[in-house]
Amino acid sequence: MNRIDQSFQGDQKLLSIYFSAGHPELEDTVPILQALQDSGVDMVEIGLPFSDPLADGPTIQESSTQALRNGMSTEKLFDQLQNIRESIHLPLVLMGYFNPMLQFGIERFCQKCQAIGIDGLIIPDLPVELYHQQYKSLFDQYNLYNMFLITPQTSEERIRYIDKVSSGFIYMVSSASVTGAKNTFGKAQENYFKRIGKMQLKTPQLVGFGISNSETFQAATRYSRGAIIGSAFIKFLEQKGVNSISDFVKNFR
Amino acid sequence: MKYQVDENGFYGDFGGAYIPEMLYPNVEELRQNYIEISGSESFQKEFKSLLKDYVGRPTPLYFAERLSKKYNTKIYLKREDLCHTGAHKINNTIGQILMAQRLGKSRIIAETGAGQHGVATATVCALMGIECVVYMGALDIKRQAPNVARMKMLGAEVRSAQSGSKTLKDATNEAIRDWINNPVDTHYIIGSVVGPHPYPDMVARFQSVISSETQAQLLEKEGRDYPDHVIACVGGGSNAAGLYYHFLDDPRVNIIAVEAAGKGIDTGESAATSALGKEGIIHGSKTLLMQTPDGQITEPYSISAGLDYPGVGPMHAHLFRTKRAEFISIPDQEAMDWGLTLSQMEGIIPAIETAHAFAALDVRKFSPEEIIVFNCSGRGDKDLETYIDYFKLK
Repeated sequence: MNRIDQSFQGDQKLLSIYFSAGHPELEDTVPILQALQDSGVDMVEIGLPFSDPLADGPTIQESSTQALRNGMSTEKLFDQLQNIRESIHLPLVLMGYFNPMLQFGIERFCQKCQAIGIDGLIIPDLPVELYHQQYKSLFDQYNLYNMFLITPQTSEERIRYIDKVSSGFIYMVSSASVTGAKNTFGKAQENYFKRIGKMQLKTPQLVGFGISNSETFQAATRYSRGAIIGSAFIKFLEQKGVNSISDFVKNFR
Repeated sequence: MKYQVDENGFYGDFGGAYIPEMLYPNVEELRQNYIEISGSESFQKEFKSLLKDYVGRPTPLYFAERLSKKYNTKIYLKREDLCHTGAHKINNTIGQILMAQRLGKSRIIAETGAGQHGVATATVCALMGIECVVYMGALDIKRQAPNVARMKMLGAEVRSAQSGSKTLKDATNEAIRDWINNPVDTHYIIGSVVGPHPYPDMVARFQSVISSETQAQLLEKEGRDYPDHVIACVGGGSNAAGLYYHFLDDPRVNIIAVEAAGKGIDTGESAATSALGKEGIIHGSKTLLMQTPDGQITEPYSISAGLDYPGVGPMHAHLFRTKRAEFISIPDQEAMDWGLTLSQMEGIIPAIETAHAFAALDVRKFSPEEIIVFNCSGRGDKDLETYIDYFKLK
């Protein structure tokens, strides 16, 4: 069974953490993964840095730019992750924009992911229709899940379609925005969380974008299976460093 | 029509809409409606009337006698530089502001490099009384102070793009992020034939007034409604798309695209996308773009801010790959020299972008009976400072 599916077996609310590979330091990737696992997170999204991350707010943009400056690349990340399954048993998801994958070669990219033990991908700028026409069979061949996003503006009909063709989880974007921390969620978000909760989708949902503290985490997971934290974690890493990761994770447990 | 967009939004291998889900409702709304809206009688009536009375169309098709004599061929200039605001850009912003109104949008955003598209957008927003925010790279804001002032005078808010290299590509990223954050009330007026489908096709249709006028004017002057060659500069490619549009599927018409070689193709400071680019995805479209082997988008360079874009519209990528168009690239120095030549031989000071196109006359032979139409896409007022510094005219 795919590790992502396994992680949804229990009843607990999942905590998933995103970070940009190669940031703050180029060789931080494996130590960060180890610290996250030791602190008890349930899943990790490893960000593949891109020069033009147009769905991301300032925090992830800057971490991405810094990672590239540090020398991060697709090739380098795969090198770092080569033996990761000797120590890390968490579900691992690679999140990145489509162009670097396209240049690496999609089939070669999928092969590498499978060889390393990557469980799935999130590619924000590869729409569900194009994925199905052109790439799904390849991803299936290498046992890779591809997760899709929905937003408060996504129509019910489209949510049903995405649910039907999804594996792993649905990435529920909390509000109409790029990534970045918020301190609270408003009434509109709560109604949206409720609305999706009532749809009884077959695919579990993780809420992401704007989750920064236990309050937003609680609100986001009241009607979903868990939440993804990115920008807030990256800010914490910059200030406190890899050795303090368990202090961050504690806030959400 | 073989070289037009297909029903999936592709030009051959290029195009499509590689967009985050957050943009899907807006782009899809536009895709479903743009042909019906822009084809409706009320839209066409208003569009044509504004192009005539506000923009000043039709622009002249001018026979450049001295230039023709010197190069021993027949050279016509399509005078887009005479459009209100000084370039072809306003053909598109007029079309898109009418589109935005019909889609019920109350706020406009745009990106700009040199500031020409920003000014053209600020102008139509003032005309319609609609709120306007223009994103511009922090570096370009410094380089193009007069256009920043014009936008502000027209009532637009100019927001500085601080990310990445702080130029056009980053301004475009910021505009896209703004659209993600404001998905309901805002329309994004893209300035070139780039971006996700339907933008490249929609912008090309609004600019196609250039080639449709050219047909009628040639018929009157030459007794036939097509030239032998159409020549235009290509950054993103909107003025070129406008000039080529009605000739794309006419094999009698040769298409020439002129890109900016910057300091030279092999110097690492160039914007010649057809020579240096590889297939990839930029700003929601699959096209040719300049990038590292790892797929990171690189910074182009050209002395003209309007050709300083790391990609090219998907229509042009298709014209290049299928060899329907000849692509040539011209270094800064030759383009600047042509700025001076055109000024002193025809009394027309061209934008530096436009000057690139004319350098085709030095690269390629044309015979005496052939008819060539250049898109004289913009006037050089905005570039005076650069010309003065370059030629030490002070």
